[in-house]
Amino acid sequence: MSSYYLNHLKELESEAIYVIREAVAQFENPVMLFSGGKDSILMSYLAKKAFFPAKVPFPLMHIDTGHNFPETIAFRDKWVADMGAKLLVGSVQEAIDNGLVQEETGIHASRNGLQTAALLKALEDGKYDAAFGGGRRDEEKARAKERFFSHRDEFGQWDPKNQRPELWNTFNGKKNFGEHFRVFPISNFTELDVWQYLKEEKVELPSLYFAHTRKCFTRDGVIYSDSDYMQRKDTEELKDMKVRFRTIGDMSCTGAAESNAETLDDIIAEVSMTRVTERGTRSDDKRSETAMEDRKKQGYF
Amino acid sequence: MINVPKQRWKTERNKDIFSQTSFKRLKEIPNKLYKFKIFKKMSGQKTELLRFTTAGSVDDGKSTLIGRMLYDSKSIFEDQYDAIKIASEKKGEANVNLALLTDGLKAEREQGITIDVAYRYFATPKRKFIIADTPGHIQYTRNMVTGASTANVALILIDARKGVVEQTKRHAIIASLLQIPHLLVCINKMDLVEYKEDVYDQIKADFKEFSSRLDIHDIEFIPISALVGDNVVNKGDNMPWYGGSSLMYYLENVHISNDENFIDCRFPVQTVIRPMSDEYHDYRGYAGRVAGGVFKKGDEVAVLPSGFTSKIAKIDSFDGELQEIFPPMSATILLEDEIDISRGDMIVRVNNQPNSTQDLDLMICWFDETPLQLNGKYTIVHTSNEERCMIKEIQYKLDINTLHRNEEDKEIQLNDIARIKIRTTKPMFVDSYSRNRITGSVILVDEKTNATVAAGMIRG
Repeated sequence: MSSYYLNHLKELESEAIYVIREAVAQFENPVMLFSGGKDSILMSYLAKKAFFPAKVPFPLMHIDTGHNFPETIAFRDKWVADMGAKLLVGSVQEAIDNGLVQEETGIHASRNGLQTAALLKALEDGKYDAAFGGGRRDEEKARAKERFFSHRDEFGQWDPKNQRPELWNTFNGKKNFGEHFRVFPISNFTELDVWQYLKEEKVELPSLYFAHTRKCFTRDGVIYSDSDYMQRKDTEELKDMKVRFRTIGDMSCTGAAESNAETLDDIIAEVSMTRVTERGTRSDDKRSETAMEDRKKQGYF
Repeated sequence: MINVPKQRWKTERNKDIFSQTSFKRLKEIPNKLYKFKIFKKMSGQKTELLRFTTAGSVDDGKSTLIGRMLYDSKSIFEDQYDAIKIASEKKGEANVNLALLTDGLKAEREQGITIDVAYRYFATPKRKFIIADTPGHIQYTRNMVTGASTANVALILIDARKGVVEQTKRHAIIASLLQIPHLLVCINKMDLVEYKEDVYDQIKADFKEFSSRLDIHDIEFIPISALVGDNVVNKGDNMPWYGGSSLMYYLENVHISNDENFIDCRFPVQTVIRPMSDEYHDYRGYAGRVAGGVFKKGDEVAVLPSGFTSKIAKIDSFDGELQEIFPPMSATILLEDEIDISRGDMIVRVNNQPNSTQDLDLMICWFDETPLQLNGKYTIVHTSNEERCMIKEIQYKLDINTLHRNEEDKEIQLNDIARIKIRTTKPMFVDSYSRNRITGSVILVDEKTNATVAAGMIRG
């Protein structure tokens, strides 16, 4: 038996570093999307590894809906400062104010869908020709078909039926002026891989991922945190609950899960035993069976 | 004596295997315990990654098999299952359609076929698996080729009632062309042939006869019933005559650590790292991923195409200096001498160099709706290097059902496999594909549309 052996986390790390370096070499003006969630933390951490000891040669971009958890914003600012990277913020509020998009109304209102317009505008304004995203193929059925280098037309749209074949590890990032690419370095990580890797590497994480007590209410089986951004029905009662978040998005679409997992080991044990996908707590995916595919076609991450 | 199967295979495809008794039994295994075992074992950090590809079309039981593997390893989540259950009901299907798990796109679900490559993940205490699930029909050859390009194992399904058919041959030929190191032939639906040993033996013999003409070194056969579960995870009692391992045991134990080339040192440079900071003033690192061989500090190396030689001064990474690197590690190499090196160059050992040539003999799979143009010019991408090339000769088109070499019809269209000769504008540094899947492969890109129009495997 050969002694030249890489465990699965190291192999996934090596693959992601390869993809990030390849994108930087092939594109003129890349940017890395950063939400403050675990996947973008992992991705930016791997970017740091890819160019060590040099600084990461591209800025990070956060599309801020204005409905973020305050903890996310605080963590984002600290993380980016520690990385020595430049942070750009694309604002959904601004897009609304400028009439680019219209705010949803009613009890299910969410700014999740509005991010697409703000994102595409920010990419266009900055003339970015590649945007790194922390999407993973195990997350959702439409994402299972995603390439590492995913071509977008001049309207920022994804055409799932006309994707470029991707063989071996040869990536074709050629494009016409005005088109861009989405690059997904951590495509092959599963949720469990992400947690195991972050633990192995002792990466710092936002407190939202760990069990804590907060005021919550339940709607359609999803537990939401109390916030100014969500209207409650009279029947929806606030309760103190011990919860943690499996994914972090907007306060208006990210559901919590009841949990006692206070450490990374607890989280890994919980994730490896769970019977519900992480996006099972996301109301944005529950809008229809093809919610993710439809949003991705329009240019969502 | 032959055991009579407890339930018969119904003719509708992809029916609700969860309602079958064997699955119900599985549900009784405490999920938590099993999952916890995976977690504990994985924390031990000895899990390897195995990539395998499956190809199949309507009715061969592929979806049922994948569904079973995912289910048995507890990789189907309740909300995923609920979602496809609702979707099946909406479409008026009597049973839960498991293909909806693997068919991710709206068009695929509407048409009930797999169009694209879908990647699926599951893990057992021993390994983490990535399945490249591809359609099996000839019009999707390019997707099969894509899925096969990174696989360690090709899993081929044969319907025991039908034996070796055209599609079986096609999948085996693709596995051979793409040099997938291990081929696993699962003879499925054994429950429908009353678990007869002679049926299995006959199919095995037929397949062996056919595959003797292929370039495949490691073939294994397993008789299974994906529906009932025989020999999938556990061996079951229905085929006492079969002395081999179960499918899951095979996947967990097949020896893959020699699938990489550890002999010929190849390090394609992706980008040059120059921090230009006070602390790292003169730092000049060549970043890349090892495509072959083992590099150590102090090794004498040559840099292509310049041919200049130097020694490895340091192998660097974020986690500190490395003593040696091997495939598929990403790292940064620093040399003792200052040599002009940029993306597209390759660091190799002085006494083991790839072929330098402008003339390449290729087996290609054509991906584009516009046919291959003889004397046409394309961009050729090889590792991190890129040149232009011209198609000099089309030697033959390969019939991927029969291996027949057609030297008359040289119109190479979408999904065709062909042998061609090309000439590049500058010398390229290549190995044969059979020696190294990374440095032996190229893609061709249309200069007008930017589309990837072909995948090529270097002969010789």
